[in-house]
Amino acid sequence: MSTPAPLSCDLDRMIACPACDALLADISVETGETASCPRCHTVIEAPRPLAMTRIIMLALAALILMIAAVFFPFLELGAAGMVRRSSLLDTVMAFATGLTAPLTIAMAALIVILPVSRFLALLYVLGPMAFGWHPARHAAKVFRLAEALRPWAMAEVFIVGVAVALVKVAGLAHVSLGPAFWAFVALVVVTVLKDNFMSRVTVWKTLEARRTS
Amino acid sequence: MENTGSPPHILTARDAGLIGCTQCGKVHLPTTATCSRCGATLQMRDKASLQKVWAWLIAGIIVYIPANLYPMLATASLGHTTENTIVGGVIELMHHGSYGVAGIVFVASIVIPVAKFIAIAFLALTVTRRVRMSAHHRHTLFEVVEFIGRWSMIDVFVVAILSSLVRLDFAATITPGIAAISFALSVAFTMIAALSFDERLIWDASEDEPRE
Repeated sequence: MSTPAPLSCDLDRMIACPACDALLADISVETGETASCPRCHTVIEAPRPLAMTRIIMLALAALILMIAAVFFPFLELGAAGMVRRSSLLDTVMAFATGLTAPLTIAMAALIVILPVSRFLALLYVLGPMAFGWHPARHAAKVFRLAEALRPWAMAEVFIVGVAVALVKVAGLAHVSLGPAFWAFVALVVVTVLKDNFMSRVTVWKTLEARRTS
Repeated sequence: MENTGSPPHILTARDAGLIGCTQCGKVHLPTTATCSRCGATLQMRDKASLQKVWAWLIAGIIVYIPANLYPMLATASLGHTTENTIVGGVIELMHHGSYGVAGIVFVASIVIPVAKFIAIAFLALTVTRRVRMSAHHRHTLFEVVEFIGRWSMIDVFVVAILSSLVRLDFAATITPGIAAISFALSVAFTMIAALSFDERLIWDASEDEPRE
């Protein structure tokens, strides 16, 4: 195709709303401001001050918390003088026997593996850029993966599940929360904070700018 | 600007003969196959989107049936075993007086999945058919469906936590039932249904609304 050069310049000055395809002028959004689509009100860009550094810090914190959450006792159940400690690993393995075995993999993925992969992916993509370096190789691919994993990392859903389970068992035995539980709660808070700092379009634009420069 | 609702003349990238990336918003010429900024596959509109949505949705509804018929968990206590379906578990919680938790489980395992089936079917139908609901409301509905889908997993997690806690060394043993797997599948299938929905179709359908 013989593409006229001026047109491709024009294309760079436009942006299409990812949600409704409205063609908009791609204005440069200042840090702290929020640009949303005039038609469907979807937030298109919302750069936050020091977002990159903060996301990296939060992702690191989340990784450390996840390590604590996996290896420390999660819940303690006491009844008739016996104490049973359950770690996150035990919870994952709950389905390992019988017909429900495939759920074990799903549980491990949803609670631990996918959240961890997301943290690692974000560190890989944003880490070098925070130091002002060029983005790492395949950074675009990795970031696309991180975004695709987003709905499947269900740490916060798990926490609500724990709360429900606690009430169900409360009548049966004495339940106390282990250190891992609090690590996991902190992990959820950190994840939510991190996702609030993330502006997908901004990250893509930064990636593109850094790659070419 | 705020009180006008949707501004009168919004040109879409498709109308302008261009393709917008649904990941990063970059605008491309229609001959471009992958986004130069983020590498996502570019499509003017995902034509197979509705087929995918219906396929995953129907799969989700089918596996939701055994999820309700078979036991979610079995409690073995002093020799006799009681098996609980999802609804059975909710009723038992209510007998114990924990209405709050019964409410959470009921909403997460019955209300949200069923509402999601209806909402996704409705959205998919309204892309091809004319309805009174404005694109704004349908867009909001879609965002709610997308956000809320994962929360249905609560009950599967609850079963996992309970069965890891209450084991043989106690007076009671809780083991997960086969319904847990079909319920988890149902949640996953409907999540994929929502994810394969091309949001832009909602707005395309409404574009010629005022003219008629």
